[in-house]
Amino acid sequence: MPDVTYLRPRDVAHAVRLCEGTPDARPLGGGTDLMVMLHAGTVRPRALVDLWSLAELKGIRRVDGGVEIGAAEPYTGIIGSALVAEYCPALVAASRTIGAAQIQNRGTLGGNLANASPAGDTLPVLLAADAIVVTDRRAIPIVDFFTAYRQTALALGELIVAVRLPASARGVRFRKVGTRAAQAISKVVVAVNREPARIAFGSVAEVPLRARSAEASLARGDVQGAVAAVAADTRPIDDVRSTAEYRRTVAQNVLRDLLRD
Amino acid sequence: MQFTLNGATVSVDVVGTRRLLDVLREDLRVTGAKEGCGEGECGACSVLIDGAVVNSCLVAVGQIGGCSVVTVEGLALQDGKPSPLQQAFIERGAAQCGICTPGMLLAAHALLNANPRPTEDEVRVGLAGNLCRCTGYTKIIDAVLACRM
Amino acid sequence: MIETKAAVGRPVPRREGGDKVTGRARYTDDLVVPGAWYGKTIRSTIPRGSVRSITFDPAFDWPKVVVVTAQDIPGDNVVQLIRDDQPALSAGEIRHREEPILLIAAADRDTVAAAQRAIRIEYDALEPVFDIEQATETYSTIEISKGEVDEVFEGLEGVEVIERTFKVGLQEQLYIEPQGAIAIPEPGGGIKVIGSLQCPYYVHRALKRALALTDEQAVVIQAETGGGFGGKEEYPSIVAIHAALLARKAGRPVRLIYDRHEDLAATTKRHPGVIRHRTAVRRDGTLVAQDIEIVLDGGAYCTLTPVVLSRAAIHAAGPYACPNVRIRARAVATNTPPNGAFRGFGAPQSLFAAELMVEHVAERLGVPSLELRKKWMLRLGDTTATGQQLTESVSSDLVVAAALKAAPPIRPSAHPTVRRGRGLSLVYHGSGFTGSGEKKLGGKVAVEAAADGTFTILTASTEIGQGTKTIFTQIAADALGVPLDRVTVGPQDTSLVPDSGPTVASRTAMIVGGLIHEAAEELRDRLAKRRKPRLPLRVDKSYVQPDTIHWDDQTYQGDAYPVYAWACTIVDVEVDMLTGEVHVTDLVSAVDCGKAIHPVMAEGQIEGGMLQAVGWATIEEIKMKDGGYQNDRLATYLIPTALDAPRIKTILVENPYSGGPFGAKGIGELPMDGPAPAIIAAIHDATGVWLDEVPATPEKVLAACNSR
Repeated sequence: MPDVTYLRPRDVAHAVRLCEGTPDARPLGGGTDLMVMLHAGTVRPRALVDLWSLAELKGIRRVDGGVEIGAAEPYTGIIGSALVAEYCPALVAASRTIGAAQIQNRGTLGGNLANASPAGDTLPVLLAADAIVVTDRRAIPIVDFFTAYRQTALALGELIVAVRLPASARGVRFRKVGTRAAQAISKVVVAVNREPARIAFGSVAEVPLRARSAEASLARGDVQGAVAAVAADTRPIDDVRSTAEYRRTVAQNVLRDLLRD
Repeated sequence: MQFTLNGATVSVDVVGTRRLLDVLREDLRVTGAKEGCGEGECGACSVLIDGAVVNSCLVAVGQIGGCSVVTVEGLALQDGKPSPLQQAFIERGAAQCGICTPGMLLAAHALLNANPRPTEDEVRVGLAGNLCRCTGYTKIIDAVLACRM
Repeated sequence: MIETKAAVGRPVPRREGGDKVTGRARYTDDLVVPGAWYGKTIRSTIPRGSVRSITFDPAFDWPKVVVVTAQDIPGDNVVQLIRDDQPALSAGEIRHREEPILLIAAADRDTVAAAQRAIRIEYDALEPVFDIEQATETYSTIEISKGEVDEVFEGLEGVEVIERTFKVGLQEQLYIEPQGAIAIPEPGGGIKVIGSLQCPYYVHRALKRALALTDEQAVVIQAETGGGFGGKEEYPSIVAIHAALLARKAGRPVRLIYDRHEDLAATTKRHPGVIRHRTAVRRDGTLVAQDIEIVLDGGAYCTLTPVVLSRAAIHAAGPYACPNVRIRARAVATNTPPNGAFRGFGAPQSLFAAELMVEHVAERLGVPSLELRKKWMLRLGDTTATGQQLTESVSSDLVVAAALKAAPPIRPSAHPTVRRGRGLSLVYHGSGFTGSGEKKLGGKVAVEAAADGTFTILTASTEIGQGTKTIFTQIAADALGVPLDRVTVGPQDTSLVPDSGPTVASRTAMIVGGLIHEAAEELRDRLAKRRKPRLPLRVDKSYVQPDTIHWDDQTYQGDAYPVYAWACTIVDVEVDMLTGEVHVTDLVSAVDCGKAIHPVMAEGQIEGGMLQAVGWATIEEIKMKDGGYQNDRLATYLIPTALDAPRIKTILVENPYSGGPFGAKGIGELPMDGPAPAIIAAIHDATGVWLDEVPATPEKVLAACNSR
């Protein structure tokens, strides 16, 4: 990659200016996705703007009734955080399922969000938790964040600064189904919350999604109806990792299990 | 740019987007980190950056300015003798073909630093990012458990 | 003579262990070769057809690049192996995806990548064949016959007939070091190749043939090798030829190192296949007849397929005594990348079916499968399907008893949605080459005494992690009666060591180790005879087959292997009924290795092989699309991690074989045979459903459970 320029901003404001002002610039966090794509030649940016060591993007703190996690805080920080364990234990559980130690030391919530993979392991948890994506210029409710396959609501040059979790995040429950116990890309991710009623899935559609009709059933206390509605709410496909049928069945089985009291 | 490699300061004049793995192996001729997949799946390229185990194939070298990098070449004791962990790997049959061994040692080293008395399950979690095809992991796990404080 | 402590049987330090734990060990890609260019293989993107045109973009600066085509091959355009069907580079015809068409090299990788993008290949496509039932070409057929099978199935009263069909999938060896070679032109027209490989003399023969070199002009050196498992038995010949062709044309060294994607997409896999069993038993469980049909998919070129088929056929009846057996086996051609050597070499496929057949018969008769095994299993004096009478080191009873004794107590499941189950298998695996293979091969070694009191073992057998260098020095040191540190193994360099035969077929410890033992003993005796022996003194040995071994290649009758190693494996699984995920929690295996030259390394071989088999049985799935593998990255081809691996407990049973060094038998492949059928039996125990195929992916397990 000698033709790709490396840029190291001083702070977030500088990073935003670099991203806006440099043609084909991509922000770089821990590199766990971008460096793979760069090496394989599937993305060909002209410059990388390195956000990894910006202090403003690190750390985990309490904010008005919830918790805020820096966009470049690695999963290892989340896993070890007493605050996250208190406010959203499901996010700790999800972070533990990402790769293994090497990936957890470099991967970040900001990267998982910006990459917007339908298989992103933390994304259903963030959806079920009604997370807020805080950028350099605004706060985006997570439900509005994923717009299409690997597309987000972020404007050109807009950078994710932090993720905020409200108090309701505490009730989220989560399960990832992959092919193996570590280092696996998910086949199905399920995250649920009872109050408010939230049901979110990964790897069952082109985006991480909330299952709206299932949620409506759950809000009425109709667990059977919620499970049945999953078939209509999701759009799974056959691919190298699994089959549409398996994903639909497992999404329902796991949902039923997570909603068992 | 400058960083510390196995305790010594090194300067390299390279494009910052190159992979740390390539700079180590090709520019600095420190070949302990191996390329097994190039996408962060196998852990053969594991190194420590400021004590944390990472895949050096996923790190842009520009990101490590001023950092301390340790490869397997930096694990031996001051007098050049194998460390107790390295010795345990030899004695307990944890190294077979040896290609995963450098990365495995670094992951184990980081694990023991963070958790000096890990359980077997904690060792398995700590080594889950390093694929081995020779051993079935049993002897590697035994070697790490033998080095508990 | 100096009094020394015996080295054999002790876990002495691995010879190259210090280098491997400190980073000093040099694998192929670690070697610095000044002035070397980077090579790349340009491959077909269609499964079948012909090359219509190759266009080199005129805008690209081609003088910076060396391009090799089939026309540049000075010798025969053939990868020397069994048949001469596989070209080193396509001469126009395409039989599989990823078939090599062109080679390029340049001073740096970016130029190579740019050159690759500047080449356009167009094809005339033909309809490919992927279904083994539709294959038109057959690589080889084998029929093994004992007794009167047809009469049993047609006439006998009072027998139950059970029929089942089993399927086994592709598997990648997945050595962690990808394939690679560095070729260096030598003065006088020779070429030296340093590479990651199991069989230096296979590569040597292939290089001589394709590059028209003499014995001396072709030099092959094994670098430290990061795993093989059969994957570096025959494939490195192709890598070496390609690197050598580039180096020859470039007039400078060329490095040809595969990345993981290329390695997964292009190199050989374990043969997939279909195995049909028809078994006749009496109501009392007496085994009357076995009728077995095996079809293996060889892929687009022959490679070692006939030999794989041979081992599959010979092991197909399982370790059981049956008076009437017919085994009909064939290997066919399809338009997938060629399949090749992989630990077990056909036996895991056929033993999978044989072991599950015991389960099905037991279920039909309503008896425990262990009871049937004990009734049927081969014991001393029994004859196998090929008519071989087993006269020593038969360990069926020993390994079954040892495994049962070591198995953990059966635990209940801790979760309402998770079910636990247990399965058992009994397998045996022939040590060394099949039939007359070792006789034809005539493997050679030498042991040399130097003036300084040290000894060197000269052998082409390679260290690929299994411990060759360590066990050879143990064997030689004890035979010589000298301390271990006086003995070393010379480099695996064809210009320096004799052809010991390939490092395959569970033959290294037993056959080559045996030769080293003989050579070392003779050297000791010759040194002892003279007060001042003239040094250096070297003793050479070639393999001579004992005249007690008889084999007929035509009828497939006789002593298929000098001896067999045995294993009884017990696995416990957890099946998640919500997801179909299978987790092997415990694995116990009792293995008769004759004599463990190095107990820790023997256990390590067994544990690694067992986990490879667990992967084959559970998660290692390859999906095909248009003749290519969809799982062509490590993110999609998944092998077990430390978190997936069961706790593996190995019990070494030592039932010595008189023909092996210190009684040792080969166990390199045996551990690949037992776990898969035991896992399928355990899944049945847990869920009540039979999956007669591997891998038993969560998708298949869940679908089977739901369709009940």
